[in-house]
Amino acid sequence: MSKVIVITSGKGGVGKTTTSASFAAGLALQGHKTVVIDFDVGLRNLDLLMGCERRVVFDFINVINGDARLKQALIKDKRVDNLWILPTSQTRDKDALKKPGVEQVLDTLREEFDYIICDSPAGIEKGALMSLYFADEAIIVTNPEISSVRDSDRILGVLASRSRRAEQDLEPVKEHLLLTRYDPKRVERGEMLTVEDVLEILAIPLLGVIPENQSVLRASNIGAPVILDTESSAGQAYYDSVSRFLGETLEHRFITPERKGLFQRLLRRTA
Amino acid sequence: MTVATPSNVQKARDPDAFKLRGGSFTLLVLQLIDLKDPNFFHWLLDKISQAPNFYRHSPVVLDLEGLADSGPFNFAELARRLRQHQLVPVGVQNGTEEQNQGAINAGLSVFPMWRAAKPVEAPPAPEEVPEKAAAESAPTQAEPPPVAGTGSKVVLQPIRSGRQVYAQGGDLVVLATVSAGAELLADGHIHVYGTLRGRALAGVDGDTSARIFCRSLQAELVSIAGHWLVREDMDDHLIGRSVQIYLNGDLLVIEPTN
Repeated sequence: MSKVIVITSGKGGVGKTTTSASFAAGLALQGHKTVVIDFDVGLRNLDLLMGCERRVVFDFINVINGDARLKQALIKDKRVDNLWILPTSQTRDKDALKKPGVEQVLDTLREEFDYIICDSPAGIEKGALMSLYFADEAIIVTNPEISSVRDSDRILGVLASRSRRAEQDLEPVKEHLLLTRYDPKRVERGEMLTVEDVLEILAIPLLGVIPENQSVLRASNIGAPVILDTESSAGQAYYDSVSRFLGETLEHRFITPERKGLFQRLLRRTA
Repeated sequence: MTVATPSNVQKARDPDAFKLRGGSFTLLVLQLIDLKDPNFFHWLLDKISQAPNFYRHSPVVLDLEGLADSGPFNFAELARRLRQHQLVPVGVQNGTEEQNQGAINAGLSVFPMWRAAKPVEAPPAPEEVPEKAAAESAPTQAEPPPVAGTGSKVVLQPIRSGRQVYAQGGDLVVLATVSAGAELLADGHIHVYGTLRGRALAGVDGDTSARIFCRSLQAELVSIAGHWLVREDMDDHLIGRSVQIYLNGDLLVIEPTN
């Protein structure tokens, strides 16, 4: 049974597209046929993060409007098997998203793919609503910071009331929390909310904690999902999160500050 | 005068372009007695200048009961002159058939006759005005519309930021957390068996005996029958505690319950 998963947050700039790229790649790496769709019409970024911006001919809006077939718009990822990208239009805007069109595209994709990842734009208006409407599960990307938490709370309310599952009284959308840009040192200094603080307010299961890391920007610059950077802690945390999503029980790494040993601290002082 | 508009809303297919919902508002009533008085607008200006902030842009219903015997008059002109005084005429009440038709032609609404209008006295001093005005304004940002006359409501799920729940005609009981940015309304009492972080407005239709109960007070605003208190004005030692909130005369009292 294929699953539609929306990556959403409410707040902008918290790491939705970064997460969509790595999550989709992660699922594909573990053998599942996956497609990731950019719902941020007019402000598309997914193609950049996936490194396929030079191969976009037709896009999601073309398919919805019937100007192109789905197969013409889908881009196969060059690095990871089982992974496809459906980019969106940069010249149109969110009004181009029409519910019956989106539904038809998703229904067609369900026949071929195990997982369909919907990269939501920020906000709670049409683009975001359209991306979450048909979702079976949702990953709420949140930074450990009060306005992000407030907005995530809001988007949870929207999911509970304006998704198709809510409107048709079906089993509710399964919610997962992904805490991103987590900096354990700042948490220790009291500058950032702790995992517990966020869980107390949002009260949904924790899927993973992705540490703040420079590798994320590097990955974005070279157009490769950070999960492919096996040395980066962020990449590893994404890998763990995908494994947890698929049912594995794993401890959360990278949530306590690194304690440098005495030797390392001596070295630093004399340097 | 309070007007409640009917809210028949079906759950299934709402259009994307708008949402229709019921709203309840308290409106100023201007009881017209002698429109022919040459000093009419002079007295009106005088009255308005006693509390200009209260009256500015105030929607007003024109009570025509005192003009039952006089003939039809120019509503459009009257409305124009009232607007010059920054009042916003929205409708008429207790008029004759002919007067009602005249009002409709001038773009005013006709309010039901069976509701007797109560004259609203202007507040004695302008400093007290902001609180009164805030107390009479209707709650904004509705999402799920209130269904008329269902009475008490029990909510088991957390109430997320931006959601609004209204127990019309009854009490509201919430067995989970109420997020910051959420709004609870009830004509009766409000009970939150969890943390209250949002806003709670009890006794919204004027019941001063309504109370608010919660396990952990972290509310942004609480109100009973229009008398409100924001978090900033709540005593620090009460925050996070299990409390009940009730009205004592004009004052909101917050009392720990354990």
